[in-house]
Amino acid sequence: MGLLWLILFLVGASFFGFLLPVATLSTPFLQYLLQAVILGGLAYLLWRSLDDSRRSAVSRNLLIGTPYFWLMALFLVPFAIVLKISLSDVALARPPYLPHFDWATGIGAFLAELDFENFVFLTEDDLYWKAYLSSLKIAVISTVLTLLVGYPIAYGMARTPAEWRPTLMMLVILPFWTSFLIRVYAWMGILSNEGFLNQFLMWTGIISEPLTILNTNTAVYIGIVYTYLPFMILPIYAALERLDESLIEAAEDLGCSRLLAFWLVTIPMSKNGIIAGSFLVFIPALGEFVIPSLLGGSGTLMIGKVLWEEFFSNRDWPVASAVAIVLLLLLVVPIVLFQRNQQKQQEADQ
Amino acid sequence: MTSTVFAPWEDAEAKPLIHFQNVTKRFGDFVAIDDLTIDIYEREFYALLGPSGCGKTTLMRMLAGFETPTEGTIHLAGQDIAPVPPNKRAVNMMFQSYALFPHLSVWDNIAFGLKRQNMPKHNITERVEEMLRLTRLEKFARRKPHQISGGQRQRVALARSLAKAPKLLLLDEPLGALDKKLRQETQFELMDIQEKTGTTFVIVTHDQEEAMTVASRVAVMDHGKIIQVATPDRIYETPNSVYVADFIGDVNIIEGTASANGEDQYAVTWSEGQAPLNATSTTTFAEGQKCHLAIRPEKVTINADKPEGVDNLVQGKILDIAYLGNISTYYVELPSGTVIKAQTANTRRIARRSFTWEDTVWLSWTATAGVLLAE
Ligand SMILES: Nc1ncnc2c1ncn2[C@@H]1O[C@H](COP(=O)(O)OP(=O)(O)OP(=O)(O)O)[C@@H](O)[C@H]1O
Ligand SMILES: [Mg+2]
Repeated sequence: MGLLWLILFLVGASFFGFLLPVATLSTPFLQYLLQAVILGGLAYLLWRSLDDSRRSAVSRNLLIGTPYFWLMALFLVPFAIVLKISLSDVALARPPYLPHFDWATGIGAFLAELDFENFVFLTEDDLYWKAYLSSLKIAVISTVLTLLVGYPIAYGMARTPAEWRPTLMMLVILPFWTSFLIRVYAWMGILSNEGFLNQFLMWTGIISEPLTILNTNTAVYIGIVYTYLPFMILPIYAALERLDESLIEAAEDLGCSRLLAFWLVTIPMSKNGIIAGSFLVFIPALGEFVIPSLLGGSGTLMIGKVLWEEFFSNRDWPVASAVAIVLLLLLVVPIVLFQRNQQKQQEADQ
Repeated sequence: MTSTVFAPWEDAEAKPLIHFQNVTKRFGDFVAIDDLTIDIYEREFYALLGPSGCGKTTLMRMLAGFETPTEGTIHLAGQDIAPVPPNKRAVNMMFQSYALFPHLSVWDNIAFGLKRQNMPKHNITERVEEMLRLTRLEKFARRKPHQISGGQRQRVALARSLAKAPKLLLLDEPLGALDKKLRQETQFELMDIQEKTGTTFVIVTHDQEEAMTVASRVAVMDHGKIIQVATPDRIYETPNSVYVADFIGDVNIIEGTASANGEDQYAVTWSEGQAPLNATSTTTFAEGQKCHLAIRPEKVTINADKPEGVDNLVQGKILDIAYLGNISTYYVELPSGTVIKAQTANTRRIARRSFTWEDTVWLSWTATAGVLLAE
């Protein structure tokens, strides 16, 4: 058991060693590997010197510590790197920013060169706050739309005979089997002026001129609703499936019509599913850049797109990082709210 | 008090509040209710008794409007209720599973039905408070259903169904989770409510004592059929079948063949080398017809010495004694191997008990003590 943890630790440590050189692109990776091996060896020696009770305490702490370790490795470290870049200055170099950390001049000189210039810049150019606001608006509207489309589907699924439900569930998840990018491209084919939708509508005679949908916000909404629908359906379905039918009967017995029973019992009972689904749609929609790039037009302003352009068109990594940091801070609020909702639900389930 | 007995079912003129006419309910191939015809009268306290899965809940759900009969009709106050949706029926049901709304507090659960009928706010408050008092839940009004005990939940469900004071109340095992004392108190509360408001109650219970206490009539069901409907004393004293006799209370069943022995008198031949048993019966039996003699244990007298001048007398050995505090049941094995139960009140202290294991004793009972049943 103890050995297992040691191996895991070693793997983790060497992974950590890999991660850093890839991120900074400059330091020889062998050096890190060496450091990881030395650290691992030290840990092993330490382990051997412990008696049994201490060992069990250590392995317990390691067990508890593992998720934190992954959180560190996969979230905090990249975050620190991005934060650092956002505080740097753009430069003609590889990577395209300064300063780089140098053992020779020491940490003091390195820190002295970092500043908040890029963040100040974000407040000066109104493109950025407009993009944030516009993203927020698009994310809110598409979340509501996804809810309106997703709730009836989830409700219908929960109401079908139990033997059909796995099939329906499968159908909801099925789109994930093809690349998201391909599916968005497919929508371009559907929504364009000569696309299937316009052809169909003109064939039925509802319209005589093709509708311009592609490269408008409407197309972005359609794309987001389509892409994130499963994230809305699944939590709501999970809540509705657990709903005890006799509660609806009780409500009807006490004088509610079907509709009122739905409003007074079904909706409140699926509240947590609605909240979870809404966050699962809202959070990625806010930072979305593929959908607005492909389906949106020049008028579609979204922060994800701005971020993408800063990075790859302007090659201004520091400003792009600053945009990302602000976006992250904006997202922290809904994420924390989401976590609290999940926690409350768990408590209620007990 | 007027001395007229409440027995509308004996009055040919009386119109039943509920009338089931040849009602059958099938779930797929399974017959849950089998060609049932019953009448329930206004102000009745109608108890449904029967083994698990015999269709009690299904019957109630049809009354409340959650199941539609596969065949037959149900009339409520003279009207066919098939087209009436549950929320339009003057019926409230207490669910066996309670079906409390988990997202609402105890208070709001009880108020739920009242809020649906345009009742002024202060009247709702008053009524809810009254219900809370009745079910001793005042202290838990603000809690959610998952924060109270099983018995308390049951009381909330009861309070919620009582709150609207409907014309017909369906209670599906309303008191099963309560301790004996609280259950008895609640039983009396229910009877009190019934007396005051004239509500008709249909109640499912697994507790015979409860059925006996509260019910005006008891219906014994089995496999979707009503086997017998009668007042508690009749159902106990004159069951119409071995099934009912066995289901309600404790009983000794002796199989034999009947032969007439005077008017309404039969001699039951039951065991080789034993004298036939004497029993009176108003139902007629053919000569040599198979029959069952059902005798309640408390009607069997146990004696150490042979008693004289009794209608029926058998001798046996005490196999076992069940001491229940107020009474004791003696299991007496006859030479034929049959075990007969005899019950006596423990009027003396246990140390002074006159019989013990392996004692040879005499059991006796009168000709009218038992009931002669065909099946
Ligand atoms: N929706 C349904 N589908 C199929 N069978 C059902 C359904 N509802 C009830 N049954 C069956 O009908 C029979 C009667 O059920 P019911 O709930 O009326 O029993 P009950 O007398 O209330 O039993 P208990 O005392 O255990 O509550 C049972 O065998 C049950 O399995
Ligand atoms: Mg039941």
